[in-house]
Amino acid sequence: MSRYLLRRLLIAIPSLLGISVVLFTVLALAPGDPFEELATNPNVPAEVRANLRVKFGLDDPVAVRYVRWFSAMMQGDWGFSFASRIDVDTLILQRLPVTLFVIGSSQLLALLIALPVGVYAATRPYSLFDQIANTLAFIGFSLPTFFTGILFILFFSIYLDWLPFVYRADISATGWRWYWEHLRQAIMPIAVLGLFQGASWTRYVRSAVLDVIRLDYVTTARAKGLGERVVVVKHVVRNALIPVVTLVALQMPAIFGGAIVTEQIFRVPGIGSLLISAILANDTPVIMAVTFVFSCLVILCNLLADMLYGWLDPRISYR
Amino acid sequence: MGAETWRRFRRHKLALAGALILAVIALAVLFGPLLWRVPINEIDFPAKLQGTSWRHPLGTDDLGQDLLSRMLYGGRISLAVGLAAMLIAVVVGTAMGALAGISRGSVDAALMWITDLFLSLPQLPLLLLIIYLFRDSLKMLVGPEVGVFILIVIVIGGFRWMPVARLVRAQFLSLREKEFVEAARALGATTWRTVWRHILPNSLGPVIVAGTIDVAAAIIAESTLSFLGLGFPPDIPTWGRILFDAKDYLDVAPHWAVIPGAAIFLTVLSINYIGDGLRDALDPRKVM
Repeated sequence: MSRYLLRRLLIAIPSLLGISVVLFTVLALAPGDPFEELATNPNVPAEVRANLRVKFGLDDPVAVRYVRWFSAMMQGDWGFSFASRIDVDTLILQRLPVTLFVIGSSQLLALLIALPVGVYAATRPYSLFDQIANTLAFIGFSLPTFFTGILFILFFSIYLDWLPFVYRADISATGWRWYWEHLRQAIMPIAVLGLFQGASWTRYVRSAVLDVIRLDYVTTARAKGLGERVVVVKHVVRNALIPVVTLVALQMPAIFGGAIVTEQIFRVPGIGSLLISAILANDTPVIMAVTFVFSCLVILCNLLADMLYGWLDPRISYR
Repeated sequence: MGAETWRRFRRHKLALAGALILAVIALAVLFGPLLWRVPINEIDFPAKLQGTSWRHPLGTDDLGQDLLSRMLYGGRISLAVGLAAMLIAVVVGTAMGALAGISRGSVDAALMWITDLFLSLPQLPLLLLIIYLFRDSLKMLVGPEVGVFILIVIVIGGFRWMPVARLVRAQFLSLREKEFVEAARALGATTWRTVWRHILPNSLGPVIVAGTIDVAAAIIAESTLSFLGLGFPPDIPTWGRILFDAKDYLDVAPHWAVIPGAAIFLTVLSINYIGDGLRDALDPRKVM
């Protein structure tokens, strides 16, 4: 297992390098100077600007700039936010926990929906339950997250007035009340993301279970007298989850995209809304850093998926 | 193949309904502006934030602009972006997949590595980054509308070709070993001819399905960008942009947000169902 993990880690490095090259190429190809803020500021005299360019090495060859940028990124030296006037890494560290909390709980919710519904629908294919689940899943992943968010706000915040629609980081209450308030404001963002993911995963789980449930070993398990419940839970689901893990790992970039939108709708103070406000404020160091963090998160999730394979499918570890 | 596919497609009732709804939407946005001649930017403050009425069937926004004509105009852009981005994704994906599928060894490995790399890129942040960096210069080059359109279409299409490439490569890997391809090669057909005449037409089934779904995904992507305020400029009312403008008036004018959202949802749902129907219709193994 540990050797398998190490090999996976080594495979992740080229992808990280590749992503960083793509990111830097985009930045280098961009017309004008991304660090224009200093250049267009009328208070900065021309010779100071030239000195700054030399100091930051903005006129060096592209390869040199790339190596310097990448090594700075890896060392955690992510620059200085033009808009907030603090270091980018502190800014991101402040925002990251909220994003991870929202994404993590929504994925959990999606899993809690998709697994039981998908498995139950697949064990009774073309039944009424299956058809209803299938239709709801289709509707669920055809509803864009931004529209679900707005519908939720309309219904739960404006019409029923149950839930707050602005996420506040500074809740003054203490003790149980503090947790309660946090939970209340997190319900809608988590539900929007979780329902969307849950809808598409339900279809994956259903088709994966349908593929496995007809195999001979399942018949064998039934023939030796195991209860249907044990057959499904212990024999079918574990094997059916292998392709599901692949599809979920492939969807990770889309999940982060959905998280950005959700954070923007509900004003969740995470890195997604930080990205949007940085773009509106032309804050290049923050934009680059957040994009880089999202790339690292995607790679991390792929690694997690690989570890899950190792656990779900013992054949893999020996390869 | 056409008649048979259509016969099988018709059996999927929801796909047929989807095709019908999409046809209605497409006809409405194509010919609607010719019939409903209220300008999209006629400001009328006394009539702002109104609900349904005879003068404004879908109500008005905060400047008193007619929502029906804005929706019809925006639908043109949304559908055009979806189709154009899908074309780019399909063409690039087919080219990459075909190239990887017929060349063995290092070219195949390199192309697949690039495909996997693109699959693990965080797409929305990169979309936003590219649009942020290139928007202004393209605007100056070809004007705001065309510039943003080209940029958005290229960027969305450029991030959606990977599944197509994988599908085409997989099809090529199995098809190139088939007897009819071997027969063509034995008769002296060049590689180019075997690919163009024999392998490619036979591998298009899954590509058509993926392309259909891509239209929906591209429409969502464009609406997302506009909804974040980073897509088309404010004077071009795409569906996502109308939703973005409406989201601050949810309590006084909910219809303003619900109408464009419902339009996006209906379009995407119909396209997804059409894709589902095509998948069944084009899969010869599926028993109807």
